[in-house]
Amino acid sequence: MRQHLNTMFVTTEGAWLAKDGANIVVEVERREIGRVPMHMMGGIVCFGRVGMSPPLMGACAEAGVTVSFLTEHGKFLARVEGPCSGNVLLRRRQYRVADDPDAGLVIVRAIVTAKTANQRAVLRRALRDHGSSMAETGRAGLDDAQRRLGDVARRVIEAGSIDVARGHEGDAANAYFGAFDHLIRRDDDVFRFRGRSRRPPLDACNALLSFLYAMVGHDCRSALESVGLDPQVGFLHRDRPGRAGLALDLMEEFRPVLADRVVLTLINRQQIGPKDFTYMEGGAVLLRDDSRKAVLAAYQERKKDEITHPFLNEKVSLGLVPHIQAQLLARHLRGDLDGYPPFLWK
Amino acid sequence: MLMLITYDVNTQDAAGRRRLRRVAKACRDFGQRVQFSVFECEVDPAQWTALRARLLGEIDQSTDSLRFYHLGANASRRIEHAGAKPALDLDGTLVF
Repeated sequence: MRQHLNTMFVTTEGAWLAKDGANIVVEVERREIGRVPMHMMGGIVCFGRVGMSPPLMGACAEAGVTVSFLTEHGKFLARVEGPCSGNVLLRRRQYRVADDPDAGLVIVRAIVTAKTANQRAVLRRALRDHGSSMAETGRAGLDDAQRRLGDVARRVIEAGSIDVARGHEGDAANAYFGAFDHLIRRDDDVFRFRGRSRRPPLDACNALLSFLYAMVGHDCRSALESVGLDPQVGFLHRDRPGRAGLALDLMEEFRPVLADRVVLTLINRQQIGPKDFTYMEGGAVLLRDDSRKAVLAAYQERKKDEITHPFLNEKVSLGLVPHIQAQLLARHLRGDLDGYPPFLWK
Repeated sequence: MLMLITYDVNTQDAAGRRRLRRVAKACRDFGQRVQFSVFECEVDPAQWTALRARLLGEIDQSTDSLRFYHLGANASRRIEHAGAKPALDLDGTLVF
């Protein structure tokens, strides 16, 4: 089994990454601030104006360390990729399944069902833990949404086409994000959630969600690449140049578990406050540079949480789940598994 | 598994100083320098074999010494640090 390797985040403006022997060295203004052996790294994520030496890029590509460059707000810009590797037969099979609506439907159904079920699990957990201290409207709202999500999950299993499944996914998102505000147990207007908004996020909650989704996306992409799948050719998400469709497909199941839960924890435990955001003219709300650290730390901590994988029945860390799911997806595409067993969180 | 590696390399002549540099470099490729001649290396068994072979190839057995301490997988509980030069937790959150 693959080890859950660490990810390094570089957020300092003007930092420079270089290779020294088998080390990754981080320098700021010619002063060394970090040095990490390459074999312990699974990925490097650079935010904003961060430079990297070509020898290090080459070494990372060779060692299978995924390198992503993002804007300071977490929007994906570029990645460093080595020579095309992996299994051609597997990739060909992936393209054929993507072109075959019936074969793709099996996967899409599994993904959407699991995403909806996991969204429901998030709501149900909140009801179980804090239901008694909630206002009547909040409890009723969550309970209603939870029921609707259950209905949708059941209907997705019978969806006759990918488009129908996409429609169900939209219904689920409406129900879930419609009730998301009730999960925030903090009486601060800054953290009110008024529906999902992105490009740009229009409130603090959305800014956090968008940022963490970018992080989960990076992890899913590396996971797919390491099993030899093409992260761009998805089943649920249509092809679009420059979009990692399959990475987006894969991350659907983890959004509620890996990102949404972390956002709620950060807000409800007051680990992040109104001062951690910049409020732009025109309504955009962005996470401040220096506040990113707290969010990344919470995300890395979350990835260390141990769970029992429902399909493998093995204890694994949450951070490893994208890798396991990518492997299961590859096995299904190869024909070793009849269906794709999605990740269900309890 | 975590390995603690310490060494003494005789540096009386130029060849000795060269061996010292090369031993330090081998350790640094696999781990973290926690004190001048003390390294903590988180390696799997295959990497350990490679590192050990490389170190044994560098030293002069008649004048230099190497000590390897196997701290195992649960190493963090067995290490206590006091004073300056805090080590970086390479498995923890790395944000620079």
